[in-house]
Amino acid sequence: MSGLRLFWQGGMFTYRALFNWISPVLYTTTMLGSPLFQILFFTYLGRTFTDRPDDFFIVGNAVQVSAMSGIYAATMTIANERQFGTLSPLLATPANRFLLFFGRSVPVIWNGLLVSVFGFAVGIVLLDLQIAAANVPPLALVLLITVASCTAFGMMLGSFGLRARDVFFASNLVYFLMLLFCGVNVPLDELPAWMQAVGNALPMTHGIEAARDVAGGRSLAGVADLVLSEAAVGAVWGAAAFLLFRFLEAEGRRRASLETF
Amino acid sequence: MSPGRTLRLLWVGWRFHLANLTQSGFFVLVSAVQPVIFATIAFYMWRSGQREGTLLAVALGAGLMGMWSSTLFGSGGAIQFQRWHGTLEVLIAAPAPFILTLLPITIATASLGLYSVAGTLAWGWLLFGMPVDIVHPGAFAVALPAAVLSLGLLGLVLASTFVLYRSASAFSNLLEYPVWLVTGLLVPVSLLPGFVEPLSWVLAPTWGVKAIRRAALGGDPWPAVGMCLLLGCIYLVVGAFTLRNFERLARAQATLSLT
Repeated sequence: MSGLRLFWQGGMFTYRALFNWISPVLYTTTMLGSPLFQILFFTYLGRTFTDRPDDFFIVGNAVQVSAMSGIYAATMTIANERQFGTLSPLLATPANRFLLFFGRSVPVIWNGLLVSVFGFAVGIVLLDLQIAAANVPPLALVLLITVASCTAFGMMLGSFGLRARDVFFASNLVYFLMLLFCGVNVPLDELPAWMQAVGNALPMTHGIEAARDVAGGRSLAGVADLVLSEAAVGAVWGAAAFLLFRFLEAEGRRRASLETF
Repeated sequence: MSPGRTLRLLWVGWRFHLANLTQSGFFVLVSAVQPVIFATIAFYMWRSGQREGTLLAVALGAGLMGMWSSTLFGSGGAIQFQRWHGTLEVLIAAPAPFILTLLPITIATASLGLYSVAGTLAWGWLLFGMPVDIVHPGAFAVALPAAVLSLGLLGLVLASTFVLYRSASAFSNLLEYPVWLVTGLLVPVSLLPGFVEPLSWVLAPTWGVKAIRRAALGGDPWPAVGMCLLLGCIYLVVGAFTLRNFERLARAQATLSLT
């Protein structure tokens, strides 16, 4: 029971701590306003430069904008502990590290899903995106897996925050690189081989492709390989994130660097 | 202050703040890395679509995107940053008018955009074989600083108005994409809904990118350069007014050092 409490309440508490530096109203405005204009920008850019249908850009960006939460918020839920001086008291507790770590991902995943759903709503209302009702449940599943996978990657960046001085540089960089490497606006097969390899190792890439197929009417069984690949990529990043967190926790104790920058 | 001392203050302030900004990882990202990423996306999209226009126009547009981002984030938070550093009271109390100490900061943030333009041009040339043939080099050498100056003066307006908001940096996030979109940096304004066009006329990047593109690709850049300078003058008047208002309120309510 206490484990469940640590997992759930700990995650919610850390999520609420994000509002230490930004008001809830402004947080919401940023989380929804920026994705709105990102989707409009790339859809119009697509109309200007390519012959691809709007759906390609709307779906790609509607999924990718969940990284607003999956990358930025996930990074902050870990890295802010050090920034705000609460890391040492936290790590002095005997709390189960697995529950403590992954509990933080739950509100971030829900937040990412909300941002992505908003992105799809923008596409439907402003850009005439059509998604059949029957395709919504499989699309929701694809989104859930993709957002969770991205959050795992964000938590790995956050774990670097236990040691690195400026982890937010990395999270900003990753967010923008995803626009290029993950097939959001340029199909993966039009990129050089090395960029395709990087893209395939990143979260989002397979999920975006699956989301495009499902939104276009393909069945869930038809994109099972993509969904499983996305889940596998997320699982690997999640495991790497946790191992890195434990390693840097131990290093921080050994070098007495938990509170130094 | 004598004109000579004023010019010296502007020059020294600009150099100092430009050097200061280049030490920030965030501003290096915004001014040098992010534009290159966006330019690469645009290059691949342009290449696959085989549309009319040149890659050079895309590179310049992406460069101006970086210039807007660095102005937006740097100038939008300029007063707040001084507050956090504990230097705002000193600057306000100094004998020089506050506008003369703030202006070099906002122009320095826009000047970071020169890295963006240089970066996207070099990137396109090195990786995509883009020819960098400037049709009117002389006009280009005038258009670029004119764009920097007009964006820097727009930054003065941002600095003096955003300071009224507690989380100016978060508010700045909201204005990055819309201005990229409505000023025609990569997407022609004619593709957007009709109400956008009048909005684009009052924004410096619209004229900055026109001036630079016409100087680089051919056409008459001087009307656009003139619009950059005219808008710059208007921004200066508006910025001076809002800045005086901020200073008066901050003194009257004793909120100068409050974040």
